[in-house]
Amino acid sequence: MNEHVKAPAAPRTLPRESATFDAYTLSEIRRAAATGIYDIRGAGAKRKVPHFDDLLFLGASISRYPLEGYRERCGTDVVLGTRFAKKPIELKIPITIAGMSFGSLSGPAKEALGRGASQMGTSTTTGDGGMTQEERGHSKTLVYQYLPSRYGMNPDDIRKADAIEVVIGQGAKPGGGGMLLGQKISPRVAKMRTLPEGIDQRSACRHPDWTGPDDLEIKIEELREITDWEKPIYVKVGASRPYYDTALAVKAGADVVVVDGMQGGTAATQEVFIENVGIPTLACIRNAVKALQDLGMHRKVQLIVSGGIRNGADVAKALALGADAVAIGTAALVALGDNDPKWESEYEALGTRAGAYDDWHEGRDPAGITTQDAELMKRLDPVMAGRRLANYLAVMTLEAQTIARACGKSHVHNLEPEDLVALTLESAAMAQVPLAGTSWVPGQDGRF
Amino acid sequence: MNAGAQSNAFDLSHSTVRELNAALHGLKQGSNALFWRIAHPGGLHAIAAGVDAPVTIEIDGPVGYYCGGMNKQATILIKGSAGVGVAENMMSGLVHVEGDASQAAGATAHGGALIIDGNAAARCGISMKGIDIVVKGSVGHMSAFMAQAGTLTVFGDAGEALGDSIYEARLYVRGSVTSLGADCIEKEMRDEHKQQLFERFKLAGVDGQIDPSEFKRYGSARNLYHFHVDNASNY
Repeated sequence: MNEHVKAPAAPRTLPRESATFDAYTLSEIRRAAATGIYDIRGAGAKRKVPHFDDLLFLGASISRYPLEGYRERCGTDVVLGTRFAKKPIELKIPITIAGMSFGSLSGPAKEALGRGASQMGTSTTTGDGGMTQEERGHSKTLVYQYLPSRYGMNPDDIRKADAIEVVIGQGAKPGGGGMLLGQKISPRVAKMRTLPEGIDQRSACRHPDWTGPDDLEIKIEELREITDWEKPIYVKVGASRPYYDTALAVKAGADVVVVDGMQGGTAATQEVFIENVGIPTLACIRNAVKALQDLGMHRKVQLIVSGGIRNGADVAKALALGADAVAIGTAALVALGDNDPKWESEYEALGTRAGAYDDWHEGRDPAGITTQDAELMKRLDPVMAGRRLANYLAVMTLEAQTIARACGKSHVHNLEPEDLVALTLESAAMAQVPLAGTSWVPGQDGRF
Repeated sequence: MNAGAQSNAFDLSHSTVRELNAALHGLKQGSNALFWRIAHPGGLHAIAAGVDAPVTIEIDGPVGYYCGGMNKQATILIKGSAGVGVAENMMSGLVHVEGDASQAAGATAHGGALIIDGNAAARCGISMKGIDIVVKGSVGHMSAFMAQAGTLTVFGDAGEALGDSIYEARLYVRGSVTSLGADCIEKEMRDEHKQQLFERFKLAGVDGQIDPSEFKRYGSARNLYHFHVDNASNY
């Protein structure tokens, strides 16, 4: 080759990013290396998992007739706690507000949840921080959570509650305890929890005075004795072994079982926990229902499903699979104003963006919801935010009714698995409904 | 007993715990039904749970789980041993166990006093939030786990991992401690602590019989109050 002629540049391949070591993974490795501590965040699993989007309703046809949209009644009411409680809860809609603590949420946010839920005739739920006047005062129906930490637990509040929810776990972290970092342990929060101000607070993952289903039965008996058998007692589990957990909760004497899938949010937990422990909401409903059916308790012990419920279609699908009601947490916060693009510049200043903000534990929420900062929480008008939540609940209810009428149902509880088909093999197997266009239900060999 | 006070007998071999608790919960303010004697408790659960009245309840025998649970105001004397979680989440009042107590005695209790004449099993005072517990015998492992406030006084020995992840509760032990849990350390016994201990002796009716200086004090080193990578192995 003539040495004076420059060789043409060899073609180069495009830069290729690893599917395994993607940009997020690399950023997490760098973050871990710099700080030496695991990533903590709020919200639920963000990974893509089979969900209600993978199901479709069949609607009415020649063999089924629909109900008239605006004329024929489609009921939405639900009664919870019909098994043992002298005073079951009667809700107008089958969408409840999930447990979220005062501490993780501001006082105005708890008030807004109470206002919105009460306008629509449904319940709110306390969390790991005890009962506040903001919530009791504005919630017509309030479920009081009985958690391992027992922060603020006392017999007066338990008697003020309309139901008691014994929390075994939650979907974001089955097997994990709570966590509230120092930034949010304000004087008021510290006093309610009997803790020093400003410390990083860890809540226990296990109840201090009982272990196992036999003990749980005695614990429930005690709670019933203390409340004179008046109040419904819920048992909430994070979705992991829903068949057995539901069966054991029933055996222990629960009036209501709450199963929370991995998309269900948390105030603060390790990212590795949220994304890698527990199973999707879609994967747990049929198994929980089967446990109830096997025990002859379906519709006698009510089932509430939560984790990633976003709209009326999700509600209708959960009910069609056998739930009696659903609970929403993350969606309710968004309705109040969480992650609103109007705070975009402030989200950017926190190194994130509207829609992705999940550092709820840091207490710097621009929307004033997941904070104890006096200035930030002023940004949330509890009356306006409550109205937004009521609007959102109304829309979800109308959507669920729309679907139910299209399937010919005079009550949303009349929806059934037969109304559903699946778009993917995974969702067909999990929901135990046929793959669309086929009669094939994967996994129907007698096992679950 | 006050003049005019009424004594009520309840026999749990003929009546149910539910009937007993309903009667206790139904007490009106100013009621003269101030003294209750419970016969044949037979290890039943949730006896005298949720009482909120200044009454004295004497239980003639052993009780099951959660006797005196969430107690407010009442004085409950158990003439026998107690099952799991005696006086759990008590707010005020006094629960006195003449025998031994099972696990989680006084768990999460916010106030009042729990006196145990015998031994207490594991997790005595777990997550306690202000109660004063006096155990005249020994306590089992993981006692005062995550204890937030209040005092645990042990005349005998303490098992493994005493005071693990303790917050601001104070622990006084006269005998040996098999091991201390994470972030729990021995602390100096100053006069104010001896005075506090003396008050606990009075509570247990043994003041003047025991020398506070025979006790050691344990509490939080407060090293785990904030997450830090260098403490990871301690959690």
